Amino acid sequence: MLAKIQNNRNLLGYAFMVPAAFLLLVFLTYPLGLGVWLGFTDTKIGRAGSFIGFENYEFLFGDSVARLSLFNTVFYTVVASILKFGLGLWLALLLNKHLPFKTFFRAVILLPWIVPTALSAIVFWWIYDSQFSVISWVLIRLGLIDSYINFLGDPWNARLSTIAANVWRGIPFVAISLLAGLQTISPSLYEAAAIDGATPWQQFRNITLPMLTPIIAVVMTFSVLFTFTDFQLIYVLTRGGPLNATHLMATLSFQRAISGGALGEGAALAIAMVPFLLAAILFSYFGLQRRAWQQGGDR
Amino acid sequence: MAKDENDSSGMHYLQSLPRRWVTIYIPVCIFVFVLLFPFYWMGMTAFKPDAELLDSDRNPFWIASPTLQHFSRLLFDTPYPAWLLNTMIVSVVSTFVSLATAVLAAYAIERLRFQGAKPTGLAIFFAYLVPPSILFIPLAAVVFKLGLFDSRLALILTYPTFLIPFCTWLLMGYFRSIPYELEECALIDGATRWEILTKIILPLAIPGLISAGIFAFTLSWNEFIYALTFISSSEVKTVPVGVVTELVEGDVYHWGPLMAGALLGSLPVAVIYSFFVEYYVSGMTGAVKE
Repeated sequence: MLAKIQNNRNLLGYAFMVPAAFLLLVFLTYPLGLGVWLGFTDTKIGRAGSFIGFENYEFLFGDSVARLSLFNTVFYTVVASILKFGLGLWLALLLNKHLPFKTFFRAVILLPWIVPTALSAIVFWWIYDSQFSVISWVLIRLGLIDSYINFLGDPWNARLSTIAANVWRGIPFVAISLLAGLQTISPSLYEAAAIDGATPWQQFRNITLPMLTPIIAVVMTFSVLFTFTDFQLIYVLTRGGPLNATHLMATLSFQRAISGGALGEGAALAIAMVPFLLAAILFSYFGLQRRAWQQGGDR
Repeated sequence: MAKDENDSSGMHYLQSLPRRWVTIYIPVCIFVFVLLFPFYWMGMTAFKPDAELLDSDRNPFWIASPTLQHFSRLLFDTPYPAWLLNTMIVSVVSTFVSLATAVLAAYAIERLRFQGAKPTGLAIFFAYLVPPSILFIPLAAVVFKLGLFDSRLALILTYPTFLIPFCTWLLMGYFRSIPYELEECALIDGATRWEILTKIILPLAIPGLISAGIFAFTLSWNEFIYALTFISSSEVKTVPVGVVTELVEGDVYHWGPLMAGALLGSLPVAVIYSFFVEYYVSGMTGAVKE
């Protein structure tokens, strides 16, 4: 019997899948379905809810705080992703040049990504402190400003400060991934281009960028995904304040569902993020498809 | 990389030295400064006595008289050591659970090619794309129903939801690079699939296992939202959650102990990472490339 299972690809394959399938079905697939269901109910903590159709979504659509959180999330994602992409690509290009201590730089640059976000966010909280901010201290000493900047107390300052912290944490991932992509581009392409008289900008535009597109698509999908669903950074730095100006959909759904006890409403808010995530994934998928076709690949 | 020095491939010799300074070295230094400054600041604050911290006339970039008072407060007057222990237990156990299940799953999908292996692989990839922030509310309900609320087991069982997809995906790539012929030889010699997995595939996939393990460990060490939602008693909290929820009290922020907590909580991952940089980078880029 045992020997039979060991030689049957299908039986053995299913047997090997059991532990992973069990954990993922119980703690991932089922909760995902449950989340969709909860979004259609008025469940509160400690009280089973009943089906109320789209009422949660209707309520959230009319709720100014929820709409503000949608705006914040989109703004946060778009600005932070563009900055992460631009700065990350720049850093990758720099590191791809012949640098002394290249391995050292590469190792050190990943540090912001390794360290727990909640802990680095605390450091940013201290750097952004309204009375003891080191940035304000330096700017005052340089004579550029007269009073301490209220980084997290003013709506727009707070939005930009949280974006800056998010970009700080996200750059290493983008840079190191793109660097791996850059290293696979054959130098002979650049030599051929140089012989043909291409300027550095033309080389970048017509060799580097097209060769890098598949990796850029994947890296940016992940980056957008993580930024859109970000929670820790906002939770630690502002908890959504001032005046809900930095509430993302994830932090608002936590506040409504866990702190406020309205599980159904929070779940609806969380599920409302899914269409945006799907759009980002599809966008990247079709970007990849185009590249595979251009390279003559059939994968 | 010494071989790059006489490599004919680069065209960097075409650029003059001053130009290289302006276009490469100075921007790199600015990047490194900005990326590392928060760590410098964390360390500086952690060792600075309160009097210096709150004195804005002093140069804040240096310490006149370093102190360990923040660390002693942290270690003896707060449950911080318990949080460290919890984080360690949860990270290690969930990493091992995820690795073991991921090895089996990846081998089944990539090598046994059971019927439906391809869709299963795709499903695993999509599972990786499901972010914890849309799962935590229904997961909290599930955890509560299973009676796991406020226990380490809740975290040990929920962390694999993002670790297994990642590890499986990474290991599938590694297994793919191992030649089929090895396995066929072993089959002809009468080895069972289990023997092939443990005696041929796994030893060859050790770099992949290390990458996946290191990555999984840092991911679970850094996890925040599940630990924040599923844990309420102080003694079972993890470091990130404990520092954020318990060291911040009222309006007076104890910046010294906070920074000391952040520093101690970051050190284990930073140390492990520094030993396995190459594995970590290959894990990260390997996951992205596929």
